[in-house]
Amino acid sequence: MKTKILNVNKSMGSNLITIGMIVVAYTVCQTLIATGSMTNLLKNLLVAMCYYSIMAISLNLTVGILGQLSLGHAGFVCIGAFVGAFFSKVTISTIENTFIRFSLAILIGALSAGLFGVIIGVVVLRLKGDYLAIVTLAFGEIVKNVINVLYIGIDSKGVHFSMSDTASLNLEEGGTVIVKGAQGISGTPRNSTFTIGVILLILTYLIIVNFINSRSGRAVMAIRDNKIAAESVGINITKYKILAFSLSAALAGVAGVLYSHNIATVQSTKFGYNMSIMILVYVVLGGMGNLRGSIIAAVLLTFLPEYLRFMRDYRMLIYSIVLIAMMLFNWAPACINWRKNHSLKSYINAVVRMFKKNKKEA
Amino acid sequence: MDMLSVKNLCISFGGLHAVDSFNITIKKGELYGLIGPNGAGKTTVFNLLTGVYKPDMGQIILDGQNITGKSTIEINKAGMARTFQNIRLFDNLSVLDNVKVGLHNDNRYSTASGILRLPSYFRTEKSMNEEAYKILEVFGLEDEAKHHATNLPYGKQRKLEIARALATNPKMLLLDEPAAGMNPSETDELMETITRLRKLYDITILLIEHDMKLVAGICEKIFVLNFGMELANGVPQDVLNDPEVIKAYLGE
Ligand SMILES: Nc1ncnc2c1ncn2[C@@H]1O[C@H](COP(=O)(O)OP(=O)(O)OP(=O)(O)O)[C@@H](O)[C@H]1O
Ligand SMILES: [Mg+2]
Repeated sequence: MKTKILNVNKSMGSNLITIGMIVVAYTVCQTLIATGSMTNLLKNLLVAMCYYSIMAISLNLTVGILGQLSLGHAGFVCIGAFVGAFFSKVTISTIENTFIRFSLAILIGALSAGLFGVIIGVVVLRLKGDYLAIVTLAFGEIVKNVINVLYIGIDSKGVHFSMSDTASLNLEEGGTVIVKGAQGISGTPRNSTFTIGVILLILTYLIIVNFINSRSGRAVMAIRDNKIAAESVGINITKYKILAFSLSAALAGVAGVLYSHNIATVQSTKFGYNMSIMILVYVVLGGMGNLRGSIIAAVLLTFLPEYLRFMRDYRMLIYSIVLIAMMLFNWAPACINWRKNHSLKSYINAVVRMFKKNKKEA
Repeated sequence: MDMLSVKNLCISFGGLHAVDSFNITIKKGELYGLIGPNGAGKTTVFNLLTGVYKPDMGQIILDGQNITGKSTIEINKAGMARTFQNIRLFDNLSVLDNVKVGLHNDNRYSTASGILRLPSYFRTEKSMNEEAYKILEVFGLEDEAKHHATNLPYGKQRKLEIARALATNPKMLLLDEPAAGMNPSETDELMETITRLRKLYDITILLIEHDMKLVAGICEKIFVLNFGMELANGVPQDVLNDPEVIKAYLGE
């Protein structure tokens, strides 16, 4: 009995495998870059793979672990992206240390997105029915459209807002416009590197798995599996639903900050319904509640469309076929069995067993 | 001392008086049976006692504390736990985690210490595991601790529900047809487990059951409900020989 209790975290091995996979992929990429054998096309996608992975695993927390459908995840990414970029642009001359500035930008982006998560959660998750999908859908579109007409400028008197144009900000001489409506924010310091992206991905992953394997995560999954039973053992349903949802939103904000510090100009129109659905596709393909699957799906599906560009007209066709093939591989019973028998874990176990046997014989 | 005292409890759905002036007093440590034909209102009584339904009228006192109209969560915290007629487990959680969800409120550490894996996480999880295994052993479920709850055979799922309810450290346990769907040998084993529970934990039990043999064998008192109303209430010999009860059960 003692040995059973020692094994506090049952999925520790699986987590290590996922992190190992990320580290190996990272090392391979860095080697390719160092030897000059990586194409520019792929190099430009590396950071994107990281933020799409973060978006996918954070959405998986809402969809797979909390068991609620969200159709507006891009809205939280958008908030993180703009708040983070705004912060970096404003503080670029005051906080000279890039590491500190970027860390603060990530933190503030995450907190802002998380705050919106709390607000939506408080409004929607208290209700009995499944209204989250429809409300998040509306939320995503509202965020996108509001930021699209938002003008923010700064001068010595402080911050000026407007919803019409630059002129109506009434900035003094020497004031700067930071958010320019449909043109968004440009000139954000390009602080997002592949290394930082990978570190943030691993951190986000750890936050989510540690959450899942803690007392709170257990409560969240209990609610997902059977709300009435969870209530009967004294679990506060609303509290844990809001907790999981806002954590998911905050981590989407992290992806947003990474996004806006990776490109020259961040525009809110990029964060519409299409992006929310794309993230949801990663989650569904990778498997509900399966974080590693989300990461693999996000990486493959970020990489694929770019690589299929040379096929021009057939590009989206091939993309769709691959989507269907991945879906089958993930969900067809025969494939699930095949994967079980050929998983990395089973190979590792086999090797460990062989090793033990040899030891015994020796 | 009274553990549970219910006075004049009523609820109706539309025009149907599902439970009508329900009165019961259960002493500390007693094992009380609640029987009655299909649709008599037994499960509805449980739903009223645990706050799933709010009573139209009446009063529920648990161990001196008025819990009438309180929420399910508050009532559980006040010391009442239940199982369900149609099993409600956390299907995708392990057997161990099902019990640990029951231990949730008595074993605390913050979400942040869980995410950051602070010492309080390891300390609390370890003691939760120890406690959960202790409970699982009472039900002979310790070997299946790591299995998914859905993969358990039916009889063991029923036991796991009782284990999860016990994990909330209740004063009073409500069991809704714990032997439903079990074969005779499983039923015997369950009766033995319930008897053992009462010795191990200082607990009062109200048990709904169709199986007369089980009820007569282990209950100290029996309450018979028919069409939402009391038909008989007392010690087993009296109740089971009551001509009204026989009529309700066997028809005329
Ligand atoms: N939420 C509800 N809405 C409407 N009617 C209800 C509701 N819950 C229970 N009833 C009705 O109340 C009556 C009593 O139901 P209840 O489930 O309490 O019976 P029971 O004694 O547990 O029966 P069984 O032995 O079949 O489990 C039934 O006629 C049922 O249809
Ligand atoms: Mg019933």
